[in-house]
Amino acid sequence: MDHNYKNGTVTRKINKTIIYIVCIFLAVLSILPFWIMFVNATRSTAEIQSGLSLLPSTHMMSNLRVLLDKSFDPIQGFLNSFIISSSATILTVYFSSLAAYGLVTYDWKLRKPFFTFILCVMMIPSQASAIGFYQFMYKIHWTNSFLPLILPAIAAPAVVFFMRQYLLATLSIEIVEAARVDGSGEFKTFNRIILPLMMPAVATQAIFAFVANWNNLFMPLILLTQKEKYTMPVMVSLLRGDIYKTEFGSIYMGLALTALPLFVVYFLLSRYIIAGVALGGVKE
Amino acid sequence: MRRKGVNYSKFGYIFTFPFVLAFLIFSLYPILYTAVIGFTDMQGLIPKPIHIMDNPFQNFKDLLFDNVSFRKSLINTGLLWIVNFIPQIVLALLLTAWFTNKRLNIKGQGAFKVLLYMPNIITAGTIAVLFSTLFAYPMGPINSIFDMLGWSDAPIFFLQDKTTARGIVAFIQFWMWYGNTMIILVAGVMGINPALFESAAIDGANGFQTFFRITLPSLRTILLFTLITSMIGGLTMFDIPQLFLAGGPDDSTLTTSMFIYGQAFKGSYMYNRAAAASMIMFVIAAILSGLVFYLMRDRDAGRMKKAEKNFKKSAKAAAVREV
Repeated sequence: MDHNYKNGTVTRKINKTIIYIVCIFLAVLSILPFWIMFVNATRSTAEIQSGLSLLPSTHMMSNLRVLLDKSFDPIQGFLNSFIISSSATILTVYFSSLAAYGLVTYDWKLRKPFFTFILCVMMIPSQASAIGFYQFMYKIHWTNSFLPLILPAIAAPAVVFFMRQYLLATLSIEIVEAARVDGSGEFKTFNRIILPLMMPAVATQAIFAFVANWNNLFMPLILLTQKEKYTMPVMVSLLRGDIYKTEFGSIYMGLALTALPLFVVYFLLSRYIIAGVALGGVKE
Repeated sequence: MRRKGVNYSKFGYIFTFPFVLAFLIFSLYPILYTAVIGFTDMQGLIPKPIHIMDNPFQNFKDLLFDNVSFRKSLINTGLLWIVNFIPQIVLALLLTAWFTNKRLNIKGQGAFKVLLYMPNIITAGTIAVLFSTLFAYPMGPINSIFDMLGWSDAPIFFLQDKTTARGIVAFIQFWMWYGNTMIILVAGVMGINPALFESAAIDGANGFQTFFRITLPSLRTILLFTLITSMIGGLTMFDIPQLFLAGGPDDSTLTTSMFIYGQAFKGSYMYNRAAAASMIMFVIAAILSGLVFYLMRDRDAGRMKKAEKNFKKSAKAAAVREV
């Protein structure tokens, strides 16, 4: 009996060691490419070509100079991406919360069909409509404008779905009725009482909407042809071009600059982001 | 139903109106427009009036039967998705089983989750260019590692070989997404009623039995969700292959989205062909989603409903007979 028990703990210890080794290996696998990127951003092209190093060197400024000399304007790109992503995020979370509230609180005839409709819309790949969208925007002269990248954010089916689930679990109709008794209009009730109540859900969805918009490449690549309108991901695509062919140091520098803001945001908010992924995934 | 006889139901329509309006303008109209363009001869930079072709399905026929590049792009898309999804779900399930096993009690889970999810947050474009630089030839970081470990004598030109190039693209997708899948699955397991696990433990189930008999069946909805989102994401795969090798070598990493982009926006302005390809992609997405829903549908619930119906029917019949 005692022998058996000991055997069990020994196997468990071996198992656990294997598990830790695998997890550490995977963690290193996640970090290493980015680590190489940041280190190489500080090394000269000659150093990079002479072999791998995990310690930074001293060529950060010269890499940056080469990078900026060749039509790469990270500050403009950062600003453009920021304008688009933050506006789109605000529209997404506000109007999705509004729609979800309408879906949960009121008893209207098309309530069930509307919900089914949202479920179906979630399955439509955005690229399926890209050609028509581009032609449409071309006709109303909205290419090279931020509007077609911002306004469609009003209709975000997945976010409505998430907000609905959240409201179903947390909203008690008594709050709404109490507000009515106190003479609050329906919009005022939503803006002043419900929206603040929804803040935890709004925050997680805002993070995801922001990151998704920030990382979007396909639509900006199609719609924006003027350099001064480029977003960060479109700028990254410039790094693949011939002008940087042999300037490895500055390519890494450019990549590091586009990734840096996201790293900062991620490490500040990682707890909420992880919780948000978990919440967003568990849809019943 | 509501007191004071005020009818609030109109607010349901008002509050969902912005969503519907934006959907109609920015999604539905463009989809219908795309569908129409698919039947026309719209080409070239200068817009022409819409003209439906005499043989409206010509674009679709050309794509499906004569266009080698398009067929290749469909095959690549499917291949890249399968090769990245299978290891992704297997590894995610394995990590989930480890992280949620109370007896193992893995320390530092929070840190592992943060690190494994990290690649998912960084712009896919950045990651694609980063990897193409890491695999540079003749001297790049990966070649250096191979050299240091003594795995190769001469530098390897990774990106010239079709299989290797595909493998790397699939690996990047896998690497970016398995952390996400794992977090969703872990959350799903946390949501399972603990009493189920307790009773399994009392019944003497071992780790494997518990995992396959309790954890997996309870995760069905979440697996369905993961499968569908991953499938739609895989079907629209664009950033990584586009910026990694721009479809090369020899179209081996060309995906359907890249094909559409290439036809319409990279100097050839074949809007009609691109639109037809988009519609084919849309139909595939619809069929796949429908299929997955059908296969993963809750069979027990369906049977219960049927049984209930039958019961009611016979009860009714019995009641009628009695009268």
